[in-house]
Amino acid sequence: MNRHLISAADLSRDDALLILDTADELARMADRPIKKLPTLRGRTVVNLFFEDSTRTRISFEAAAKRLSADVINFSAKGSSVAKGESLKDTALTLEAMGADAVVIRHSASGAPHRLAGWVRGTVVNAGDGAHEHPTQALLDAFTIRRKFGRPGGEALDGLRVTIVGDILHSRVARSNVLLLSTLGAEVTLVAPPTLLPVAVGAWPCSVGYDLDAAIPKSDVVMMLRVQQERMNAAYFPSVREYSRRYGLDGTRMAQLPDQAIVMHPGPMNRGVEIAADVADSARSTIVEQVANGVSVRMAVLYLLLGGAEVQP
Amino acid sequence: MSTSQGVWLIRGARPLDGGPADIVIRDGLIDSIGDGPAPPGAQVLDAAGLIALPGLVDLHTHLREPGREDAETVASGTQAAALGGFTAVHAMANTDPVADTAGVVEQIWRLGRQAGHCDVHPVGAVTLGLGGTRLAELGAMAESAARVRVFSDDGRCVSDAVLMRRALEYVKAFDGVVAQHAQEPRLTDGAQLNEGEMSGRLGLTGWPAVAEEAVIARDCLLTAHVGSALHVCHVSTAGSVEIIRWAKSKGWRVSAEVTPHHLLLTDSLAAGYDPVYKVNPPLRTPADVAALREGLADGTIDCVATDHAPHPVEDKETEWDTAAFGMTGLETALRVVQEAMVDTGLLDWAGVADRMARRPARIGRVPGPERALATGLPASLTLYDPSARDTVDPRAHASRSRNSPFRGMKLPGRVVATFLRGTPTVLDGKLA
Repeated sequence: MNRHLISAADLSRDDALLILDTADELARMADRPIKKLPTLRGRTVVNLFFEDSTRTRISFEAAAKRLSADVINFSAKGSSVAKGESLKDTALTLEAMGADAVVIRHSASGAPHRLAGWVRGTVVNAGDGAHEHPTQALLDAFTIRRKFGRPGGEALDGLRVTIVGDILHSRVARSNVLLLSTLGAEVTLVAPPTLLPVAVGAWPCSVGYDLDAAIPKSDVVMMLRVQQERMNAAYFPSVREYSRRYGLDGTRMAQLPDQAIVMHPGPMNRGVEIAADVADSARSTIVEQVANGVSVRMAVLYLLLGGAEVQP
Repeated sequence: MSTSQGVWLIRGARPLDGGPADIVIRDGLIDSIGDGPAPPGAQVLDAAGLIALPGLVDLHTHLREPGREDAETVASGTQAAALGGFTAVHAMANTDPVADTAGVVEQIWRLGRQAGHCDVHPVGAVTLGLGGTRLAELGAMAESAARVRVFSDDGRCVSDAVLMRRALEYVKAFDGVVAQHAQEPRLTDGAQLNEGEMSGRLGLTGWPAVAEEAVIARDCLLTAHVGSALHVCHVSTAGSVEIIRWAKSKGWRVSAEVTPHHLLLTDSLAAGYDPVYKVNPPLRTPADVAALREGLADGTIDCVATDHAPHPVEDKETEWDTAAFGMTGLETALRVVQEAMVDTGLLDWAGVADRMARRPARIGRVPGPERALATGLPASLTLYDPSARDTVDPRAHASRSRNSPFRGMKLPGRVVATFLRGTPTVLDGKLA
């Protein structure tokens, strides 16, 4: 496995399965009264967040703490970054503090690549611009595997995953297309043509514009958050029209196969891309995704920081 | 430097890759080309195996002075030019203050004369402060000591069709040319990288080819309509080449340039998000590179122009989105052209002389006789060793900036000497 986790493309099928299997073992430990493992004792993990993202930061923080790492939260707001410090200088500062891993969230695509060139420690991408969010894809894959009852060592071969919404600006979509296809799933993207990259044809997935056509052929439907400001840039005419054509409501959900699940990386726009009754339905895995996020991030930190064997 | 002026015997050079000949330089002029006895008192330069080319002319250089002397000065930029084999550069107008008045263009022109490494022809801004709303005083700049003939808002597109039409019309009065930076602003809002497979994969805002091509098509039609002259800066797409080919087939006065980097590099270099590969217009695809090479070979694209755009380290050592656009190019241009055009068999050395000296001088309305190697012409020439080969190291460059995208690449060729009207500016690959 690479030293860093920056793109889901960095992961081979074996790498991805190792992370998922490790996460399975770590998740079992989360059910115990004492959740903490000594594995990363004495190691320092820095959460470097240039964008507000409470849920992702908390998830990484919990993951690192359960492995007994020392955690430093570095938020760009109110810090030296707000005063104009460059990413490089921030990186050198973290380096001087002896960070073993830096978990970075940044609004600019590629910021983790830049960071990896300036620090000796491991870089974990917690979402960069419209590029990637590989741990989100891992937790989604983990969730899918569990929901479909596939045991450790097995991948997602044959499962049909439909990802719906603003693909163009979505780091979650990019990472999921790469990872889920690596794991053998058949991925379909559904979006208005304005919200698909022009060269999406080269991606390892199929593409459609019609959600109603895709729904009955989906084992998993993953709804992406759509930002209302896209409307102002003429990506779609109105929120209502978007919701009618690409939102998942109860009527559409009823067309899903029996076993199908509904996913959302959060935060949701209830009533826009997903109706409240869908979000709260039995098919929805949204809360589980959050819980699984901690286990998957524990596995990533554990494996990248070269922890010893998991001691059950 | 005038101490080195005098009589020079350049022994055994190959003019435009022809048979070896001795070139005698006297009083700033080419005295003879052939073989004869060494003139008495001549300084001798052994040029066996070296190709002699007319001194190169760059239509598109950013010297950054006044305003960003931390990136480049007229002195350092013209040193870089001389080391690259250039004897004249056109200095773009996006300085601070903008070169939009006779005063500023005369200042740049004078700084060039003082530095003496090559001729500096200031380009005047088309619009006041590059603001895109009012014409700058084009006539005053034309009549200044700098006698400006090329006008450009380079870095920004003159996107207003009426303003572009007026500029094209207005410069007819003094045989000027408008050099357009073709970039439709609405189609490139926040754009970072050629829109295609790479931009989609990297999550960088796409820069569609049509944003360049649509403006070029419009401007060709405007140029024909008002009977003026248009020069298209840094053509970067296959579609642009086709449009220019079509406009030329109509007999319209349209010329075009391509940069060395667009002849060699592609957008896949952005994969690691190193902003040294961030440039405006962006690096495109291998198909575009092939079309640009073909266009330069068949003359659709008239010339190579560097778009030398120096930036200090801190403007490039950032996230991709916030980094400055631009690459240095003066000191590598001829070598890149050899790699992309000559060693591929697309252009011979006479063709290189045409695309890098004769035609850019003509488009830039550089005063004086044609750029050529002939008896009686000014002895502005470049001696180049095409058999050399080494790795590009920007730290060794005379430019104040280090943002060369060719860093670490092995490129052919070495500029051995440059003469400006009989005076060596470069000898043995170093500033004379």
